Amino acid sequence: MAVGKEIRTKIKSVKSTQKITRAMEMVAASKMRKAQERMAAARPYAHKIRNVISHLSQAHPEYKHPYLQHREVRKGVGFIVISSDRGLCGGLNSNMFKATVRAMREWNDKGVKIELCTIGAKANAFFKRLGGNVIAQTSHLGDGPQVSELIGVVKVMLDAYDQGQIDRLFVVYNEFVNTMTQRPNVEQLLPIHGIDDPQLKHHWDYLYEPDAKDVLDGLLMRYIESLVYQGVVENLSSEQAARMVAMKSASDNAGDLIGDLQLAYNKARQAAITQELSEIVAGAAAV
Amino acid sequence: MAMTVHVDIVSAEEEIFSGLARMVFAPGVMGELGIMPRHAPLLTRLKPGEVRVLNLEGEEESFYVSGGILEIQPHSITILSDTAHRAKDLDEAAALEAKHHAEQKLQEQSSEFDYAQAQTELAEAMAQLQTIQKMRKKLGR
Repeated sequence: MAVGKEIRTKIKSVKSTQKITRAMEMVAASKMRKAQERMAAARPYAHKIRNVISHLSQAHPEYKHPYLQHREVRKGVGFIVISSDRGLCGGLNSNMFKATVRAMREWNDKGVKIELCTIGAKANAFFKRLGGNVIAQTSHLGDGPQVSELIGVVKVMLDAYDQGQIDRLFVVYNEFVNTMTQRPNVEQLLPIHGIDDPQLKHHWDYLYEPDAKDVLDGLLMRYIESLVYQGVVENLSSEQAARMVAMKSASDNAGDLIGDLQLAYNKARQAAITQELSEIVAGAAAV
Repeated sequence: MAMTVHVDIVSAEEEIFSGLARMVFAPGVMGELGIMPRHAPLLTRLKPGEVRVLNLEGEEESFYVSGGILEIQPHSITILSDTAHRAKDLDEAAALEAKHHAEQKLQEQSSEFDYAQAQTELAEAMAQLQTIQKMRKKLGR
């Protein structure tokens, strides 16, 4: 039974693939839970620092920080692109790259230069293939990314902004909507905008120690870093969720495939038996 | 009842403390600060050190911060604690490293990139070979 053996080998190989995808699915599910916890843990800081900055934009400081002032785009724009380090997570990264390239093309048509900063191995590989001006990059942050690992790349982009090489800074990452949905999100970091607090309308200002510039530099830098960190942890949750879904459908497909193959195998076996029987009967009749 | 102020101590990776307090002590860059409720709005950087919170029971709770930002509003105090040791030259070093990484990655042809390119070249060569073989067959050799 040559055909039967071939099908049996095939079934075995699909079964072992299914074992792997099922294991990956379960790993992704448990990692997703942890990533979501991390996302929730990062929220209070983001919320508080946003509060402080909204107070600040209500105050009337004698010193106006460049990050808070509107600036015309003359020279270039910067993108911080956050991707996963690994593949096998459905269309997560490619959707995000599509959104990035769309946003980049818009600026390109206006004739401004684009500076890139990539976080994650997939983004590195993608922009090397595509050819982009990558001025800073980091990857392999692992399952527990830390703010300290992001200080460097963010600083490169902030320096570029300070020196006027870029007049806008964006961050691109996958927003975690729910387990089934992740949405690529392009968010403007600099200049900081859209923070309003209706309270505290009267005229006032902070006391600054040691001085306004020093404190605001530190504060706004941390604000940008916290936004990027938020993007990184959110992207991590998205990655695990996407991988879980992708692996689940892979396991399901493998199951279907095994069913079909099993049916084909049974048919082939039955056909062989029938043939053998009819041969015997025909032989007996001839005698 | 004693006057109280709401205190939040957070770091980028977690919430450390949230609640009411009678007084807060924090290590500002210009010197130790003791903050009572209804303090004037103030914004300062913090040195690495100990933050102490005098809670409603009159007990002191202390937390270590490795620097950060302190914001004071009359009815709330927010401490944005750093998780990493920060200093200008340290930040500079991290930035340099990130730049260096980018340049290095661009120069070295990483294995992933090579692989993709090699694959396309191989596919092209195979297609050429196939056409040559087909033509040979047609010519009957």
